[in-house]
Amino acid sequence: MHKYANPLRYQRIADAVFPWTLAGAAIFTVVGLYYALLAAPPDYQQGEAYRIMFVHVPAAWMALMIYGMMAVASIIAIVWRHPLAEIAARAAAPIGAVFTAIALITGSVWGKPMWGTYWVWDARLTSVLILFFLYVGYIALHDAFDDPARGARAAAILCLVGSVNLPIIKFSVEWWHTLHQPASIMRADGPAIHPSMLTPLLVMWGGYLCFFIAVHILRTRAELTERKIRNLRLSVAEPAE
Amino acid sequence: MAAFVAILGRDLRLGLRSGVDSAQPLIFFVIALTLFPLGVGPAPEILERIGVGVIWVLALLAVMLSLDRLFQADAEDGSLEQLALADLPLELTVLAKCLAHWLMSGLVLVIASPLLALLLHQSAETISVLALALLLGTPVLTLIGSIGAALLIGARRGGVLIALLVLPLYIPILIFGVSAVEAEVMGLGGSAQLLILGATLLAALALAPFAAAAALRLSME
Amino acid sequence: MLEAHNLACIRGGRSVFQGIEFSLGVGEVLSLQGPNGSGKSSLIRLLAGFLKPVLGEIRWAGVDIRANLAEHRTRLHYVGHADGIKALLSVKENLAFTCALNGAANGALDRALESFDLEGLADTPGRFLSSGQRRRLSLARLIAGDRPIWLLDEPGVGLDAASRERLERAIDRQREQGGITVLATHGDVRVANARVLEFKG
Repeated sequence: MHKYANPLRYQRIADAVFPWTLAGAAIFTVVGLYYALLAAPPDYQQGEAYRIMFVHVPAAWMALMIYGMMAVASIIAIVWRHPLAEIAARAAAPIGAVFTAIALITGSVWGKPMWGTYWVWDARLTSVLILFFLYVGYIALHDAFDDPARGARAAAILCLVGSVNLPIIKFSVEWWHTLHQPASIMRADGPAIHPSMLTPLLVMWGGYLCFFIAVHILRTRAELTERKIRNLRLSVAEPAE
Repeated sequence: MAAFVAILGRDLRLGLRSGVDSAQPLIFFVIALTLFPLGVGPAPEILERIGVGVIWVLALLAVMLSLDRLFQADAEDGSLEQLALADLPLELTVLAKCLAHWLMSGLVLVIASPLLALLLHQSAETISVLALALLLGTPVLTLIGSIGAALLIGARRGGVLIALLVLPLYIPILIFGVSAVEAEVMGLGGSAQLLILGATLLAALALAPFAAAAALRLSME
Repeated sequence: MLEAHNLACIRGGRSVFQGIEFSLGVGEVLSLQGPNGSGKSSLIRLLAGFLKPVLGEIRWAGVDIRANLAEHRTRLHYVGHADGIKALLSVKENLAFTCALNGAANGALDRALESFDLEGLADTPGRFLSSGQRRRLSLARLIAGDRPIWLLDEPGVGLDAASRERLERAIDRQREQGGITVLATHGDVRVANARVLEFKG
């Protein structure tokens, strides 16, 4: 299998990378927040309230990215049954759920001054809410079986089925007239946003990404160690012949 | 194809012979429906406003509650392995069972919908669109539900978990199903939403059996 | 024709068996013997294609069965611990269903009923059958459709002497027709000239 997929090798790379991601998370987020809250100019339409965008948008990006990563890991888990892929997907799920929740909550807080309402059932918001339920359902399904291997593979199938939601989220603001604004950055003509706002957005996203990688490494390490303990216990219980 | 018909026939026969057991979700549907006028008051304007939504939500819940009938019994008594050994691909077996399930749940809702719509003070023009929307939407509910049901074979607390897995995926059907009727009422015509429901049905017919069959094979390991 | 190479199986995180090798030709019978939990059922489920081996291969006519699992499953009859009998259907309806699933020829249904002395029970619903009668019904499936591989997991459990004889005769007929049989048994079903595979606990 792929040379980076070997757990021992993964451990070594992860251990090397971990302190950097921790530092990156801290630095990028602090710098990003500085730009977001102080240095970036106020929006000509919304004034200062728009600044919550710098927390909301990167969180939404992470929510989608993480689910996409889980979907890829799920394919690998189903086709090649690679245990590291299963662990990686399960480790990412709660982090993705939290980012989705952050996106939903900050979006709701932003919605009140901008649209006059905390929530509206348009296509974008509804499909992101569905994404949140998919995350929670994934975690619940994974842990619902006595045999962990069965749970991992069942959750992998669910993850793939739910991935039809990703294009719906992405394109919902284009297919329907929604209250949520259409895409400003990932567009065919290039970003429609001023660099003074784009930069802090990207910096915050960098911070979130480092945070995700750091926490993901921690969770994966913990699961690998737990499996080692389980195997040790089993081999002690039955002495070799 | 003889195997497909045999599976369809067997499931229908089993459903009919188990009598009240298979009728329970429909009984739930009707009883719950009658709770709404009692709860929100019998004022016609209110019921007219919420009636379509109520019918759809209860249809979702009724189908969801009956999903454990799809695979659980076969998994428990060893029939699932026999079905896996048939001369028929497992995906077609899933389709046959879903068809039987829908005939005994979704189709009954479609047929009963005009009467229920009248009970909730819906106007005559909504009835045909509602029935058509249910006709297109309820099979999708069974097909998506079959994925959840197959994944949860042998799970702890599967009865609770099915709601978490399946209802989020039902939400788009609910949205389009209700807006089809509302658009009709507003004079805009519900054909766009009906087309989307039809497209969703085709997609579900093509894709859901593969996911459900994969989950069934997983359960037999 | 049915070969196993270096098969290993892991269930629930522990190794059940490893290094299983055998090669079965036309008309042969393999008897799996060993204490409970030693892996006989796991091997049978591996041969049926329900389980995927951690190591090794199973080959039919030289081709790995995993190359076309769906086709492989249509080659075999599987009788496991669970009976696969629907309580609300009669004996005849249960067997007719299997005949339809297997694409069996006309007359297979009657032969199946007769093979395990079930004609008298033909209209009895599944839920009124005794455990011995249920076992006979699940074994009668073997006759409802010709398939070259029979996988039987402790088929003799709950059978009286007469029924056990019928089973042994059915296995003999399967051998004559060139079929392969693998059965896990505690010694209650006797088959002449069977190869034996011992499972240690």
